Amino acid sequence: MIRIENISKQFTSFNLSQVSFEISEGEYVVLLGDSGSGKSVLLEILSGLIKPDQGNIYLNDNDLANVPIRKRPFGIVFQDLALFPHLTVYDNLAFPLKNRDIPNADINLKIHEVAEKLEIIPILSRYTDGLSGGEKQRVALARTLATEPACLLLDEPLSALDARIRKEIKAVLRNLNRGGQTIIHVTHDYQEALSLATRIGIMEQGRLIRYGPALEVLMNPMSPFMASFTGIRNFIRVTLRKDLCDGRIKAWTEQNIPLIFQTDKIHGQGYLVVPEESVFLSLEPVETSAANQLHGIITDIIPAIHGFEVIIDVGFPLHSLLTADGIDRLSIKPGDPVYASFKASALRYINLQVK
Amino acid sequence: MNRSGLSLVFAVLGGLVLLFIIAPLAGIFLKTTPVQFFETVRDKDVTASILLTLSISLFTTLFFAIGAIPLAYLLARKNFRGKNLVQSLIDLPIVIPHSAAGIAILGLVSRDSFLGKAASTVGIDFVGHPLGIGLAMAFVSVPFLIQSARTGFEQVPVRLEKAALTLGASTWGSFKSISMPLAKRSIISGMIMMFSRGLSEFGAVVIIAYYPMVTPVLIWDRFNSFGLKYARPVAAVFLLVCLLFFIVLRILANKTSHDQDRKHI
Repeated sequence: MIRIENISKQFTSFNLSQVSFEISEGEYVVLLGDSGSGKSVLLEILSGLIKPDQGNIYLNDNDLANVPIRKRPFGIVFQDLALFPHLTVYDNLAFPLKNRDIPNADINLKIHEVAEKLEIIPILSRYTDGLSGGEKQRVALARTLATEPACLLLDEPLSALDARIRKEIKAVLRNLNRGGQTIIHVTHDYQEALSLATRIGIMEQGRLIRYGPALEVLMNPMSPFMASFTGIRNFIRVTLRKDLCDGRIKAWTEQNIPLIFQTDKIHGQGYLVVPEESVFLSLEPVETSAANQLHGIITDIIPAIHGFEVIIDVGFPLHSLLTADGIDRLSIKPGDPVYASFKASALRYINLQVK
Repeated sequence: MNRSGLSLVFAVLGGLVLLFIIAPLAGIFLKTTPVQFFETVRDKDVTASILLTLSISLFTTLFFAIGAIPLAYLLARKNFRGKNLVQSLIDLPIVIPHSAAGIAILGLVSRDSFLGKAASTVGIDFVGHPLGIGLAMAFVSVPFLIQSARTGFEQVPVRLEKAALTLGASTWGSFKSISMPLAKRSIISGMIMMFSRGLSEFGAVVIIAYYPMVTPVLIWDRFNSFGLKYARPVAAVFLLVCLLFFIVLRILANKTSHDQDRKHI
């Protein structure tokens, strides 16, 4: 069990404030955040490279405050991998073992053991400069794993890789975790987090604003910032109150636009998630089963993986995902007026905990 | 003016400067007959002087590297109050007249100075001694080593040193196994520059020691006593020796770097 308690660090232009969380053995924790949110600094604090101004790090109740960097039971893999270019892959892997005064015969055995696990035996005699991105990543992982760290710290390990190699390294990481390796991984990519994490932490401006089981955190973003990390485009701040005209409880946006959704609540404040694939467009008002129909002007049409993302100004920016065929059929372009409709049952309300 | 016209103008201007460097050096060799050259090579005063100059400069370079390399590392890695002042002080010996540098060194090591008195208790008198000559050579040449090594260390990513620490290396281990090997090319280049600059030093050395005669002083002595005709062959032999040393050291340095580069492919 790793326990991080109230870690704070002040820099001239940035502060890490009161970060606390716990990791059980064998967990895969992903810390999500923008660049500058403090996630990499936190990793460097855990590895001992940066001394925190306050706070404690415990491994199985042992305080690591006075444990020097070279004796820390955590192994870090930097974003740029920091492989030693003047050493072969073998010597890169041997480096941490030689520092621990391990006999040469045991070093050789250990290197072959981790090299086999990471499938890099054929490249052991090569220098790192000529390796592919995936091979470099495997070497960096193997070098750190050779130290048998209690926790593996990964700083944006997939960000510099192309899609094919990213998939390959994800499988490696998943296998390591399945083998019992505890991992803390920082990234800004929520899909990466979703595919790997058992727990997710969201960091914003030096604070850990959310921490919990992966699905729970990703499905219930508590702020637009968190929503932006979970791929939700339509995350609308609303207040629940009765519509005096028809007596129904509706969600009123900040622009005082009423939205109908299914709820048993009678008041409250929160966010309404409108899945963008549930928003369909028409050139004229149409009579459908959709309870919500808003008139607006198209402000942008952006190519997306599965078609086009259309942004409509309905008083607030509303995103709709259309196929190329749908765009052609409607012949729409930015500046055109359209009607956006979505069903009440498609909306998800997240209640804001007001303190 | 089009691009090829401008290139031509630049080539002509650059060629003139190049000619200005090559012509006097070539003149020394062209005006020295083979007989004069070989007689000078057999002159024991000349060979002893060249050996003395080479050995003092080599020893000085190796000795001062022990302190200059760590200083270069500190300048590359640490920020401290007065860092700019330290950097300016290091460059100072390059920009001041070398005779003034000699006077400064003489003040430090003369018989009535603290260092001079301390050395005399163990029987050493820096003035007129190879150690004094070494100090004069080092004073004007060590900035070349410090600056080159510093550039080399600056080019080593800090991240690699951090990685070494997290992989169990001590700070000394990280310096020895990561920073030094990666800055090796610049360090060796700086040592060659320091060695070469030490060989050629006259102004500072002559104030500390006329005897034993290092070759630049010997050339000056021959010129003063016997004229250009007798000074030129010594200059030609010394130039050739310096050139050979310079080329051999450069080849060795490049070979080291090339081996390192080839390993990376």
